[in-house]
Amino acid sequence: MNQPKQNPPAAVLVMDAEEIRRALRRIAHEITEGNPQLEKVVLAGIPLRGVEIAQRIAAFIHDIENINVETGVIDVAMHRDDVGTRPELPVVHASKLPLPLEARTVIIVDDVLYTGRTVRAAMDAINSFGRPARIQLAVLIDRGHRELPIRPDYVGKNLPTATREQIQVRMQETDNQPDAVWLEGE
Amino acid sequence: MTTRWTRKDLLGLRELSADELNFVLETADAFKEVGTREIKKVPALRGKTLVNFFVEPSTRTRTSFELAAFRLSADVINISAANSSLTKGETLKDTARNLEALHADILVLRHSSAGAPQFLASRLKASVINAGDGAHEHPTQALLDLYTMRERRGKIAGLHVAIIGDILFSRVARSNIFGLLKLGARVTLVGPSTLVPREFEKLGVEVSHKIEDVLPKADAVNLLRIQHERQRREYFPGLGEYIRLFGLTKERAKLLKPECLIMHPGPINRGVEIDSDVADGLQSVILDQVTNGLAVRMAVLYLCGGIST
Repeated sequence: MNQPKQNPPAAVLVMDAEEIRRALRRIAHEITEGNPQLEKVVLAGIPLRGVEIAQRIAAFIHDIENINVETGVIDVAMHRDDVGTRPELPVVHASKLPLPLEARTVIIVDDVLYTGRTVRAAMDAINSFGRPARIQLAVLIDRGHRELPIRPDYVGKNLPTATREQIQVRMQETDNQPDAVWLEGE
Repeated sequence: MTTRWTRKDLLGLRELSADELNFVLETADAFKEVGTREIKKVPALRGKTLVNFFVEPSTRTRTSFELAAFRLSADVINISAANSSLTKGETLKDTARNLEALHADILVLRHSSAGAPQFLASRLKASVINAGDGAHEHPTQALLDLYTMRERRGKIAGLHVAIIGDILFSRVARSNIFGLLKLGARVTLVGPSTLVPREFEKLGVEVSHKIEDVLPKADAVNLLRIQHERQRREYFPGLGEYIRLFGLTKERAKLLKPECLIMHPGPINRGVEIDSDVADGLQSVILDQVTNGLAVRMAVLYLCGGIST
């Protein structure tokens, strides 16, 4: 996981707090339109920032429809396919989902969609809790370079990148910094 | 969390920092959640082979490691003293080298000699997890004790923990002492002077030979079994006298604060170190310890077995 430093010097601001707010609000609208039965929706955030983004989207849905959609946490560290190949182990977090999942729509929420391997791990993790009716995917940034056949249902911003570039997302509560998305070169 | 785990082996708690101890306990939180899932299995150690090598008999520790490994999707081989070549004259090192030739990734070792896990850890590429070596250390037992105290009481720092019984021969006591002191607990050892000599004070703990003085002040009492098998001569006149002086009877349990936890690593000798009613009472967390042992061992296997070496 990338631990962002203080504002990186060679970074370009891609989204500021207001743009992030509007993007998440639009995603909330799209989720509302695509899911007539909002009471069956679970917004499952991937730690760390996906959890905060899921809560923001849930708050917007409450503003729009006056319905409290459920939120949860889906940790992928113990479902990754590269354990033992990295010098540093990913930190594991406890997952937390409302049960049973049957008949629910679980929307996986993450900050950045890249290779798709994290999302695959998240789908595996969700399946160990039960069998939801549907799984969807919402991301703040889609930066391309998929290595698996995975496509997001809700996207805050499509951002074409080179593989050597890095995306840094800051969220107010997780990072104790104003919301922002930065694109870093080498 | 900024701590990183860099150890391939878990040999004892003496060498771990407070940060490392807390990191293991936090990792165990995540693995405890796996036990609540419909499918209680994650692929974290898929393709890894774990050898449970128990030169000394043990059912609960071996089973706990075995189930922890299954839940992490590792493959498990169990070897006990009775069915190993050690009885045919093979040395420990040769047995271990044979296990390594089978590409075992993690070796969980229970051995009657203190230092056996260190000996193998320095010679093998595989991760070595100490599951109890002589009267030296039993790190995963102490970690599950710490986990249970932290879970029930919020934090370890500031707790007053009494460890009662056969301290002299207890690897559980040693590992607990190291772990508790590092996390800021106060520790009092209680037992007959033959089993709890004053020398232990050098470790930074208090020693008492009178259980009634300690029980009212304790936030947790950890009762240890009298280890008949490790005693070469008599350290106290008899079990009757031990019970009379140090057993946690129903009467003595009334001295405890209502929130004091009653712990025991098992197997319990009902009517010896603990009365049956006390072991089954509301303050007893003995079965929580068993459940938490699984989560702690999953965390240790994940951390030691998951790093690339």
